[in-house]
Amino acid sequence: MHSNGLFLKDVAGFLGLYYTGLAIMNAIAAIVFWQKTKQPGWAAVWSVFSVVMLVLASLALAGTAELVPSLPMSARKLVNTLSGPVLYTLGTTALLTVLFIFRKFFVQPMVAWTILNGMLLVMGLSMADENFSSIVMKADNVPIVGLVFLLAFFTWLATSQAVVNDERIKQGLPPMEKLADEKVLVWPDLVYTELICMVAVSAFLLLWAIFLQAPLEEPASSVKTPNPSKAPWYFLGLQEMLVYFDPWYAGVVLPSLVVFGLMALPYLDFNKKGNGYYSIEERKFSYLVYQFGFFELWITLIILGTFLRGPNWNFFGPFEYWSPYKVEVLNNFDLPQMFWVTLLDRPLPVASAGSSGLVQAGTILLREAPGLVLMGIYLVVLPPLLAVTIFRKFYAQMGFIRYMVMSNLMLLMLTLPLKMILRWTVNLKYIVSIPEISLNF
Amino acid sequence: MAIGEIIRTSQIWKSIFRHPMPLDRRNRIVVMLTNFFLHLHPVSIKKQGIALSFTWCMGGVTFFLFLVETVTGVLLMFYYRPTLEWAYNDILALRDVTSLGILRELHRWGAHAMVITTWLHMYRVFLTGSYKPPREFNWVIGVILLLLTLLLSFTGYLLPWDQLAIWAITVGSNMARATPILGYEGPGQQLLTIGGIDMITDGSDARFGLLGARFVGEETLNRFYVLHCIAIPLAAALLLAIHFWRVRKDGGISGPL
Repeated sequence: MHSNGLFLKDVAGFLGLYYTGLAIMNAIAAIVFWQKTKQPGWAAVWSVFSVVMLVLASLALAGTAELVPSLPMSARKLVNTLSGPVLYTLGTTALLTVLFIFRKFFVQPMVAWTILNGMLLVMGLSMADENFSSIVMKADNVPIVGLVFLLAFFTWLATSQAVVNDERIKQGLPPMEKLADEKVLVWPDLVYTELICMVAVSAFLLLWAIFLQAPLEEPASSVKTPNPSKAPWYFLGLQEMLVYFDPWYAGVVLPSLVVFGLMALPYLDFNKKGNGYYSIEERKFSYLVYQFGFFELWITLIILGTFLRGPNWNFFGPFEYWSPYKVEVLNNFDLPQMFWVTLLDRPLPVASAGSSGLVQAGTILLREAPGLVLMGIYLVVLPPLLAVTIFRKFYAQMGFIRYMVMSNLMLLMLTLPLKMILRWTVNLKYIVSIPEISLNF
Repeated sequence: MAIGEIIRTSQIWKSIFRHPMPLDRRNRIVVMLTNFFLHLHPVSIKKQGIALSFTWCMGGVTFFLFLVETVTGVLLMFYYRPTLEWAYNDILALRDVTSLGILRELHRWGAHAMVITTWLHMYRVFLTGSYKPPREFNWVIGVILLLLTLLLSFTGYLLPWDQLAIWAITVGSNMARATPILGYEGPGQQLLTIGGIDMITDGSDARFGLLGARFVGEETLNRFYVLHCIAIPLAAALLLAIHFWRVRKDGGISGPL
């Protein structure tokens, strides 16, 4: 796509409004900081930022494509070259880890406000890129952009309350929620809140419906396969897992396990603390497991699957054109291949033609022995081993059955990141591969 | 007498509302107990339990969106016929011919929003540890409702019958082909044979059950339409009722003891 000039004229009006909105937002914030929280220094900072946004808005609306504020080409190229599934996954992991460890710093209102403005500014500048905005502005993808900002906001909201509560609990004080203990009447205090919420949601939905048309493509045709063919956005995390696993596991077994694991959660979490208020310190283990599953294995995969996977499910940088001709070399090997051929320098065990079923099954088992032994160690030996080492306290409190369910669910959850790492490091395709019964793992 | 007073003391008004206007403390309590729509609520609640910073209001918003989807969905059913001949053209007409043509937009964006608010509601319930005793089972019902929300969205995705629709459903439902033992490309399906005849074929496996055919076609459209408009909403409505009832029975909204 090189029709940049025309595209920029189309998007300029939107960006003008967008930056104007940012300017107004920060002007209001500046007034609040000045009058309400008495922070004139910060008020000045956000006033200046607001003016800068106004300048960007006028540049966008100037009517000349060259003036529309955008990221420099070199920066976009750099991002495209650097980005890939490995860096994306490691990067988001590192980012979430840093946010978690230094949460006391990041929840401060001024820090959070700075980050929000940073996100919105980068978003605006990126929108001036044709490839970026063609994917982000796709009608059905807009909710995911909303989801990212909503999740950031609500995680901040929850974490800032948890940080306060954790500090209070350390000092022997009850959590903040305990302070608003007096009872109020539901009419009017709750029913009016509900009414206002309903009005607000209706207004929001109406505006969304008026300004963004629902997508309608060409009539369905079972002979014209679009490239890429994607599931609805909320299932794209599962579709992304298909890179690493066969459909039986990524599309059937793992989702079932997710549902089962979520249902089992209240029966596995034996920690009585942290019931009815925000806290992290009191329930760090369950908190980290949930956040890992939700953010790492669900949300980031959805974002990856929606915005960064193009034709043939190849990875594309955020500013890269989705060319259907991009070729990615796949050079992956199965574990038996690695073990028998590469390591032992022998051919794969093959049963001679016409041998009995038993011999054939035995040969398959021999061929797959390395993978089967590894899986056996992982799922059968590891849980008891963990029970007497790092999970000793858990085992003592949970009992055999609950402990086994929990440890197996966790180990199965970890199969995804482990398979990712094995794919990236040693090009492993399957640990066990028995095409004779369509079983590849 | 002021006009408002006349209305409020009329026989019709008093026959509809079983209580006077909730203007004083007594009647604010009475209204919660005697009004059908309000009796879902308790009469009084801890201040903490209605703080937006605590609740995020996401469960309520999700339910409201469910109602929006029901109303817009019924209206859409007036216009839409789930057949290969009409499905796409009806959606096209809905956009180009119908006045105030944002009905489908309201329905579609409401559906996306509902998926998101369900996740956020669940996220809040997790972060406040509200699934802990005595609320374990209500969390389980919530997980089923989450699943139903996704299935509602998924089955609705097919109905416009455009390229986006059938290929998204094709990609999604192809997974069922790989169901262990019950999918004809799934591991172990070779094991289900009787007298050398394969029981699991592309005409009898899990995917066929889902689609009603070997590929996404008219049978699928009909099947998804019925699931989307009748079966799943009914199931969801029942579970919603239990979900709300359990909130009350399990001690109301959670809070520190």
